[in-house]
Amino acid sequence: MSTTLVETKSLKKYFKTKSGNLHAVDDINVSIKRGQTLGVVGESGCGKSTLGRTILRLMEPTEGEVLFEGKNIVDYNRRKMIEMRKEMQIIFQDPYSSLNPRMTISEIITEPIKVCKTIVDRREMEEKVMELMDTVGLARRLINTYPHELDGGRRQRIGVARALALDPKFIVCDEPVSALDVSIQAQILNLMMDLQDSRDLTYMFITHDLSVVKHISNEIMVMYMGKCVEKAPSEQLFENPMHPYTRALLDAIPTPNLSGRNAEREIIKGEVSNPVNPKPGCRFANRCPQAMKKCTERDLEFTTVGKEHTVACTLYE
Amino acid sequence: MPEKILTIKDLYVEYETDEATVYAVNGLDIEVEEGETLGLVGETGAGKTTAALSIMKLLPEKIGSIKKGSINLDGLDIIKAGEGDMRSIRGNVVSMIFQDPMTSLNPVLTVGDQIYEVLAIHKNDSREKLNARVDEILQLVGIPPKRKTDYPHQFSGGMKQRVIIAIALACEPKLLLADEPTTALDVTIQAQVLEMMKSLKSRLNTAMVLITHDMGVVAEMCDRVAIMYAGEIVEIGMVEDIFEDPKHHPYTEGLFGSIPDLNKKTKRLNPIPGLMPDPTEIAKGCSFSPRCPKRLDICSLVQPENISFGNHSIKCHLFKNN
Repeated sequence: MSTTLVETKSLKKYFKTKSGNLHAVDDINVSIKRGQTLGVVGESGCGKSTLGRTILRLMEPTEGEVLFEGKNIVDYNRRKMIEMRKEMQIIFQDPYSSLNPRMTISEIITEPIKVCKTIVDRREMEEKVMELMDTVGLARRLINTYPHELDGGRRQRIGVARALALDPKFIVCDEPVSALDVSIQAQILNLMMDLQDSRDLTYMFITHDLSVVKHISNEIMVMYMGKCVEKAPSEQLFENPMHPYTRALLDAIPTPNLSGRNAEREIIKGEVSNPVNPKPGCRFANRCPQAMKKCTERDLEFTTVGKEHTVACTLYE
Repeated sequence: MPEKILTIKDLYVEYETDEATVYAVNGLDIEVEEGETLGLVGETGAGKTTAALSIMKLLPEKIGSIKKGSINLDGLDIIKAGEGDMRSIRGNVVSMIFQDPMTSLNPVLTVGDQIYEVLAIHKNDSREKLNARVDEILQLVGIPPKRKTDYPHQFSGGMKQRVIIAIALACEPKLLLADEPTTALDVTIQAQVLEMMKSLKSRLNTAMVLITHDMGVVAEMCDRVAIMYAGEIVEIGMVEDIFEDPKHHPYTEGLFGSIPDLNKKTKRLNPIPGLMPDPTEIAKGCSFSPRCPKRLDICSLVQPENISFGNHSIKCHLFKNN
């Protein structure tokens, strides 16, 4: 029986701007079971990265709770948070800008160990680095090279090794493969899935690429302008998408076969509007082909439409 | 018989840098017919963009140069053409759309002025007529003409890409080179832009070379597909040949194996092992052989030739004897 590892309770993150509050993450409730992967999908600006960072407290939440193994970490002080970092780590999107160009690979990988003082003995530390490099498939001879000497795929492996250095239980993966070529992307995805099996890792996988998210996730959450619009087990979401936005998103992906070539697709019009001081009601309503008057009258509640499948849409109330 | 707009034969392009010579394009052969869409697919560093820049003669000065081969664009020999000739055909006969809509517009000119500029250079018409044409083109790409006095920063990414397409198509060129036109856009916006490009293309009967790494985009947009690896075409065929024929170059198979399939449940992907070869060194045999799972002894020694099956041709030793 799997237990919940990470949970958020009406988590909110607002940014103050000149024109008002920007609702980047607005009332998000998720729970991720140990050893599983929650995929978070949405288009740029929907708040998915902010959500990941707020859960790790790399950004302070405006409101709400983040529970890790049942304990609310939002009001932990700095010292206690450093302890928490051993449990939760992040892999960033861009392997070009997330590694310090003036540090060698070994320095990059040992930095978290030094900060958290999990290993003090030098020789032991070196052994740990070697072991991590083996795990992520980096040749040991590269230990003293600098990031600029390596290609994108190898750099992202360093990012993965750094995230693993403290043997965390939970890793937020913020678009870890979007900057990579497809053949390299597949290598990294395979590596991440192998690591999940061997180390019982729990992932929150943030991406805009729906085929990647389907491949790696147990459960998927679709976000639109800071709100969760639909959440369902991976298979279910793809077989039976309920929210008009989810459907539009699935419809918009060009599939690598010729079956849908001449089919008429319904393409949603318009663009994401501004998330500053949003009006009540469904935020997708202005682009939604099925919008009704009541969509914009009040905030929506989640409706359960299937096993662990919830959707925030007036069509199903 | 449709006319050939573009014929590239045996093209070699090199970049001279302080440290080494980069062999970016090595023996490229492409033909594009009137009105058709050719997809040029490959990963970073395959030489796709270099090929397009050679057609426009926009290779970086002093560093990049065409070493060998010929490019014939609508009857004009590009290799011999001078800068004056090139100026009169760029934007008029051939246009290019660049990957990043955020950086390819001039931030200090209004979008209307930027579209007007192309027309003013190529069309000898009155100011009123040209202005009317600007409005017409904006309408065509789905932007209200009243926004022509806005600056690029007032537009979103998808709208900027529409402006760029408007500039590229303003003079109704015969050939459009689109270098990853939707890679920087979100999927729902990408779908809008692709749909628009498709309808404009068929309306203006423009031929297009669509450079991309996204097989999904290729399946949707292209008539023919060329797979590029290390500066050469390793496989070319009609879109049906690439997506439905079981015969493939091992690199093409690797590309397909790397894409997670939305309709199938696969536990593991089958990526291509290893990395792209270093473009500063030329391999003796097949450039894909070091990564190829089906490698034969001959592969690392002798350059394979094109083996044709009708319209479908594959550059690989595996198909030599059958």
